[in-house]
Amino acid sequence: MKHAFEPKVVAFVCTWCTYAGADLAGTSRMQYPANVRVLKFPCTGRIDPVFILRAFQKGADGVLVSGCHPGDCHYMAGNFHARRRFAAFRKLLEFVGVDLDRLQFSWVSAAEGGKWVEVVTELTERVRKMGPMAEFKDLELEECWSGKLDTPELEEAYKAIP
Amino acid sequence: MSRIGVFICHCGENISRTVDVERVAEAAGRIPGVAHATDYKYMCSDPGQNLLKKAVAEHNLDGVVVAACSPRMHEKTFRNAARGAGLNPYLCEMANIREHCSWVHEEREEATAKATDIVRLMVERVKKNKKLVPITVPITKRALVIGGGIAGIQAALDIADCGHQVLLVEREPSIGGHMAQLSETFPTLDCSQCIMTPKMVDVANHPNITLHTYAEVENVDGYIGNFQVTIRKKARSVDMDKCTGCGVCMAKCPQKKIPNSFDRDLGMRPAIYVPFPQAVPNTPVIDRANCTWFKTGKCGVCQKVCGPGAVDYGQEDELITEQVGAIVVATGFELYNITEKPKGSEIKGYGEFGHGKIPDVIDGLTFERLASASGPTGGKIVRPSDGKEPKQVVFVQCVGSRAREKGISYCSKICCMYTAKHTMLYKHKVHDGQAYVFFMDARTPGKGYDEFWRRAVEEEEAVYIRGMVSRLYQKGDKVVVMGSDVLVGVRVEIEADLVVLATAVQARSGADTLAQKLGISYDKYNFYSEAHAKLKPVECATAGVYLAGACQGPKDIPDTVSQASAAAAKVMTLFSRDELEREPIVARVNEKNCVACFYCKKVCPYGAVEEKEIRDRNGNLIRVVAYVNPVVCGGCGTCQATCPSKSVELDGYTDEQVIAMIDAL
Repeated sequence: MKHAFEPKVVAFVCTWCTYAGADLAGTSRMQYPANVRVLKFPCTGRIDPVFILRAFQKGADGVLVSGCHPGDCHYMAGNFHARRRFAAFRKLLEFVGVDLDRLQFSWVSAAEGGKWVEVVTELTERVRKMGPMAEFKDLELEECWSGKLDTPELEEAYKAIP
Repeated sequence: MSRIGVFICHCGENISRTVDVERVAEAAGRIPGVAHATDYKYMCSDPGQNLLKKAVAEHNLDGVVVAACSPRMHEKTFRNAARGAGLNPYLCEMANIREHCSWVHEEREEATAKATDIVRLMVERVKKNKKLVPITVPITKRALVIGGGIAGIQAALDIADCGHQVLLVEREPSIGGHMAQLSETFPTLDCSQCIMTPKMVDVANHPNITLHTYAEVENVDGYIGNFQVTIRKKARSVDMDKCTGCGVCMAKCPQKKIPNSFDRDLGMRPAIYVPFPQAVPNTPVIDRANCTWFKTGKCGVCQKVCGPGAVDYGQEDELITEQVGAIVVATGFELYNITEKPKGSEIKGYGEFGHGKIPDVIDGLTFERLASASGPTGGKIVRPSDGKEPKQVVFVQCVGSRAREKGISYCSKICCMYTAKHTMLYKHKVHDGQAYVFFMDARTPGKGYDEFWRRAVEEEEAVYIRGMVSRLYQKGDKVVVMGSDVLVGVRVEIEADLVVLATAVQARSGADTLAQKLGISYDKYNFYSEAHAKLKPVECATAGVYLAGACQGPKDIPDTVSQASAAAAKVMTLFSRDELEREPIVARVNEKNCVACFYCKKVCPYGAVEEKEIRDRNGNLIRVVAYVNPVVCGGCGTCQATCPSKSVELDGYTDEQVIAMIDAL
């Protein structure tokens, strides 16, 4: 690893614009940090804010939500609903004490491979500087204790996870 | 416990070069629930697919993850293979380790770790995948073609000849598009009108084609096989059924000094007009902005002289709704108007060329009208300023095209050839004239194209100067062209009588608005995006919408016609079946949990949510719940994210599946 800290970045993207934009970055052989894990949705409208909380809770240090530009939604209005929802959700996160720099919303179209690289690189580097997200990981630990690994088979399997 | 099979593809070396596929397969094999994990050189090949099928049977698999390229590329392939192995296709998912991993990372360790992660996420997802059954929907075997240029005409004729109904919608009063404006066409120099007008007449006479000219697509709803299209038929002010096309109204209209945009404003037309004599349909429209009756309420000459009484000042725009199964978009292009700098655009304009200020600086399409036998000068090439025959004409190529610093980096493709044609047309009409061409490269790929260009240089003696033009200015009655010859390394100044600019081909203004109505994507220049640059060049990513012609990118006539026929073939393939299988990615309501707030109904962009009454056996209303009509549902999932009681689930993207993936991070 080139750096002391490799942040975990999760990207929630829509299949029509941003996922295709990330594909284009691939076919154009652009390079970006390998920290991002992409979760595909039909539309940003499908992305429940709970997913973002869950991602932070499960160890994500940064979250990206990205879809089609306003007006370009494949489903006409899904991204507008997403925009409204996340505008409110950001306030809530801020209230809870999450640094909003860890969460980014953007529009990346299917033709914007370059923008995808820019957005992902910028977020990764920013989060890298901020360091690991500690707040929610404590919660995760608590949950692990209450979680059951009661069968030997499960325990073995859990250990085997790389 | 699940029994999932994981297949890691090398993609030749595309993946295995940066990702250690064997290690990924090994790690995948250790994930709980994975019964079988292996790697193979080409999973999408026949042996690769057979490997998958065999493994499903041998290991009794109940889920499959193929780690290879983007699902946009091969999801269908592998789902079909899974189906072939007796597995429900929706239990097969792809992990994208090529576009999202091996192609974008160089370091082997990092890429391998990421690929392993991606595979693990997908395995966790597949564990929660449910068997889904495609929804079958009937197909309306009727096509809509948007745009009546050569692309739209060719597509409409092909589909109609196959026996299907076609609606052809054209924004202008006549079909024909840009091709009707051209004088002669490269590389054969046959007259454009002579090859175009018979096709236009074919369209008008075809029993399977319904033509809506002076009309625009207002709204598009629905999905492949079942689109509802609203078309705005603009008020023509002339009753098309009554009009005989005699033309008396046009002859008698006192208002005759309106620049005719079909002639690039070189000629004049009356307020009641057809754009050109061969127009189809040959029914005039009243240009309400310039008509004395509509401006002052006085005049009414055309109504008085019209024998059949076809002129109707009270006509209003009409909205009609039509059902179609497929849409061909053939809206064409427009030329870069270098006079204006578009607002809020990255495109910078060419103020230094004085286009729009110096009358003898014109663009290529204007030259076409000058050279056209049916044009405002009857085919005589003259200067717009004083009507004199120009003896020195300078053609400037790549005005706007391939000029990154000016905002457009692409090549407009047609200009090299049409400029070569222009020099020939000019030389054929002005024997003692001299044509100069400033060019960057002569790009002439195409059958007979390079020979054509050489003919312009060698036989017609056009002087090609390799270099750019920096400025044009008026000096007396001449236009001074300041340029450079980079081969000789000198500055060049030519005092020209006429300057013709090969301005860039651009997407139609408003192309983005139409794309938004259709739900198709477009690139940064507003050209429509095809689903795959090489393998799906006429399909849009949106099913049921196809592309033809220059709306997808600059194209010459042969390419446009080929693409139009290809789009028509795709439509006919769709229409060859009676029913269509649709992705079963639709929302379902858990009626037990639904609290009937109907937020889902408010946010649904398709109007797919209905209020369903639940009654007991005596018919007493117990409660009302939401119901999603699966045929109408588009599958965006906005309802699910909105539902406060978590009663809606989008099949294929359930909370369970998503949370499983997040938990595996």
